[in-house]
Amino acid sequence: MASDTLTNTARTDAQISGLDALEIAGRDKETSRGSRLWAATWPKLAALAIVIAAWQVVVWSGWKPPYSLPGPLVVGRELLAQAQGPQLWEGLLTTLRRAAVGYVFSVAVGLLLGLAVARSTVLRAAIGSMITALQTMPSIAWFPLAILLFELSEKAIFFVVVLGAAPSIANGVISGVDYVPPLLLRAGRNLGARGLNLYRYVIAPAALPAIVAGLKQGWAFSWRSLMAGELIVVGISQTSLGAQLTYSRELSDAPWLLSTMIVILVLGLVVDAAFGAADKAIRRRWGVLDQAGQ
Amino acid sequence: MTSTTTAPGSATTAVALAGVTKVYGRGANAVLALDGVSLDVAPGEFVCLVGASGCGKSTLLNLVAGLDRPTGGQIGLAGQASPGLMFQEPALFPWLTVEANVEVPLKLRGLPRAERRERVAELLRTVHLADFGRKRPHELSGGMRQRVALARTLALDTPVLLMDEPFGALDAMTRDILHDELERIWSERKLSVLFVTHNVREAARLADRIILLSSRPGRIIYSTEVDIPRPRRIDSPDVAAIAAEVTERLRTEVGRHGQ
Repeated sequence: MASDTLTNTARTDAQISGLDALEIAGRDKETSRGSRLWAATWPKLAALAIVIAAWQVVVWSGWKPPYSLPGPLVVGRELLAQAQGPQLWEGLLTTLRRAAVGYVFSVAVGLLLGLAVARSTVLRAAIGSMITALQTMPSIAWFPLAILLFELSEKAIFFVVVLGAAPSIANGVISGVDYVPPLLLRAGRNLGARGLNLYRYVIAPAALPAIVAGLKQGWAFSWRSLMAGELIVVGISQTSLGAQLTYSRELSDAPWLLSTMIVILVLGLVVDAAFGAADKAIRRRWGVLDQAGQ
Repeated sequence: MTSTTTAPGSATTAVALAGVTKVYGRGANAVLALDGVSLDVAPGEFVCLVGASGCGKSTLLNLVAGLDRPTGGQIGLAGQASPGLMFQEPALFPWLTVEANVEVPLKLRGLPRAERRERVAELLRTVHLADFGRKRPHELSGGMRQRVALARTLALDTPVLLMDEPFGALDAMTRDILHDELERIWSERKLSVLFVTHNVREAARLADRIILLSSRPGRIIYSTEVDIPRPRRIDSPDVAAIAAEVTERLRTEVGRHGQ
């Protein structure tokens, strides 16, 4: 029954390549890198211009005296001056170091916790909902306790940063593992992936988008907690962006205060853009970029 | 990986099912999905399982693939490895390229890199996708994806291929071509195929033997040999005649449930 020579092979070959060519025609829409970059950039530049203009208008209106609300030009000059002195960079470095250490620690705790809860039904029943509850706790509310436990130290800041960020990351891992399509699991098992291999070849990559979303949210939480911590836990010998905000307010130095805020804002935007790029790269690989609307 | 005591596959059977029963749930809610299904697939034989909804076709394939355990009866397989299984959807890994998808089972079997690359190239040539190895699944059409899935399943190197309505979601033209392809690959590789479909024409086009399952519970109610010479065409009168006969039986079976 299997011995017949199949004479229609040549016909089939031609049909197959013809059909393939028809079906995937016009799927590759290539736009140049430059025009894509411009398309992504100009709305942001326009928005920035509008914000600065509005700010200037408010200043001109005389709503507040210039010593509490200086104009963009004054703040810009202050920012330039700050950029030339060591103080801003020292503060920036301290803040970035704390952000990095706190975040790495949060990621480690979050990933382990998420994986443990995703794997074990007992753990899930026990602390699954507690993780979400932890997320609803405003991180600033942890500080009094943190200061009692660790005094006015970096440890207090890290304590709050990890408590704020780790639950988000853990939740990302849990939902990522939960929503792996069952069909892919069946396919993976049929292809010979069992136990740890199933995690390596199917579950981990399938959960990656949700994990990245969790990492992104975790970053947002840890950044906020860090800023709150630096505002409250001043008095540590080192200068930091948060400490500089506090000092500038105490000295009623509005241009300094606003220029520090701009630095914090830009830092947040840069990191957010990095996460956005990672997220987009994943979605492009998966071919879900169009459905997600950009 | 079949869970029951594996009856050693002899030279004359590739898959041997003896009185296989599957019950879902317990007590009053228990549903009998398969009731005493006995079936032998000879090496190199192409068997199509046809039935209406609820006949337990997919359940049967899952049991043979070792993804589920039978409640009773025995399943015997020739060879050690569990058979390759194809689904209605390609179930490709979207994060991997076409090549990397086909490579997964080879990696899991621990083949060295050079050999893997060779095998992947060979398998992609087999399914006429040699030029598409670097693409990602979402860049391909439905028919092409299903061919990648076929190549990936073939990479398991199992003598038995289980197919769960693999062409059900494709348009008629693509399906027609994939029938030719599957027939060619099956005959070249001397595979034993257990193919589930609700498309009677498709069964008559492909099968050496068509087996009709009843619905709720699934039992074998009819079986017929198809000795139309190959290669066949889906629009040939011989195929149509067989299909008409099986359809008639299927109608009777479905009608039984309306009374």
